[in-house]
Amino acid sequence: MAERLKVHVNPDKCQGHARCKALAPELFELDEYGNAHEAGDGTVPPGLEDKAWLAKSNCPEIAIDVIEE
Amino acid sequence: MSDVNQPAAHPPVTDWVHDFDHTDPQWTDDPFPIWDELRAVSPVVHTERFLGCYLPTTYEAVREIANDTEHFSSRRIIVRDVRPEITSKNAAPPITSDPPQHKPAKQLLLPPFTPDAMKKLEPRVRTICNELIDDFIAAKSVDAAARYTKHIPVRAIAHMLGIPESDSELFINWIHMILELGIKDESKLLQAVQEMSAYFSGHIEARKSKPTDDLISYLMNARDKDGNPLEDTHVLGSLRLLLIAGIDTTWSAIGSSLWHLAKTSADRERLIAEPGLIPTAVEELLRVYSPVTMAREVVKETTISGCPVKPGNMVLLSFPVANRDPKMFPDADKVVIDRRENRHAAFGLGIHRCIGSNLARMEMQVALEEWLKRIPDFRLDPAGAVTWSQGTVRGPRQLPFLLGKAM
Repeated sequence: MAERLKVHVNPDKCQGHARCKALAPELFELDEYGNAHEAGDGTVPPGLEDKAWLAKSNCPEIAIDVIEE
Repeated sequence: MSDVNQPAAHPPVTDWVHDFDHTDPQWTDDPFPIWDELRAVSPVVHTERFLGCYLPTTYEAVREIANDTEHFSSRRIIVRDVRPEITSKNAAPPITSDPPQHKPAKQLLLPPFTPDAMKKLEPRVRTICNELIDDFIAAKSVDAAARYTKHIPVRAIAHMLGIPESDSELFINWIHMILELGIKDESKLLQAVQEMSAYFSGHIEARKSKPTDDLISYLMNARDKDGNPLEDTHVLGSLRLLLIAGIDTTWSAIGSSLWHLAKTSADRERLIAEPGLIPTAVEELLRVYSPVTMAREVVKETTISGCPVKPGNMVLLSFPVANRDPKMFPDADKVVIDRRENRHAAFGLGIHRCIGSNLARMEMQVALEEWLKRIPDFRLDPAGAVTWSQGTVRGPRQLPFLLGKAM
């Protein structure tokens, strides 16, 4: 069985490039300033694992963690 | 653009490692081999030009500096021959602000530039693109810089600010004076700043009796953290910043993208066949042809990637150089339009991330989509010359294309 993934945005590192929202809109939300946070508790629904890794590897501030549970 | 009228011509560079100059014609025409040469020598190089200036040559060194606001100030953000006095009159918060003033000034400007806000602006940009294309699509050849790429960002930001799109030429001239002529001639810089301030003051006055739903009114109504309206100089500085930062930059990015597609038929055909790939391609084009180089002023002695840097010097903070670092990007010198991992720094890193990044991305995507839809066949005109802007923002200023299928 595949591992479950969670995404987390480090708010101290995020600068609002919004790459995660563009690449994985299901997994991230933006606040009124355009800074990102994970949707809900960050749990990645099955089938969206690839998008989670894509968001992480395109964040210029290295602000996204993908946690394998 | 021509720089024949500029005073204080710089001697040509013969030793890039110890005497670099980002205004040298060789850098303007083809900077990439220079950057590779410098990166191979040291993560930080220095020149005595511009009253002393460092250039970080690696992605890591650029990131270190961008994230270090203690030793590197944004009070001066353009490397020039002179160091104009710093006053509130020529400050343009938040880009020229350091902590702790930076964050509140930036937060004021962020809400109108979120991706959602850009979605609302997108139809207007699509219309602008199509109106421009209507004007030349019947021709066999076109200067795409003069007729297309130049006008998209200027009209879009004018629309957002609530100033007449027909004043475009005025804005383009100020930007040329500030970003290009102003590097070597302070009087041009000051003249442009004065003219812009006078222009915006008029628009502010008009809104005092008749408020509008645009960025100028938004800034006039903004309140600082204590609930007070912004000082007039703050509003004027921010308006100047939005106009300057929103035009030359995206003009350059769209132009470089079309230039690449004009000479790379495989990429052009792929994007026509797979328009869904355009957003990914835009990121790669932003990486390879990043238009914007910023600057910092060293205010405290420190080391960057092991290299000592001393106060009194400027730093040419070149995101374009960082984005060509092969340690960060495999095949850094190649355009890989479906590159999956792309942490490019075209919009900066750290607290000064470009406020307009969502706007620029939207404009680039729309400009390429509309162009490719209506003009699938185009190529560089061998009878014309592509010329590049000099200095802080790099992009094609003449882009002669032949339109239609090659005979």
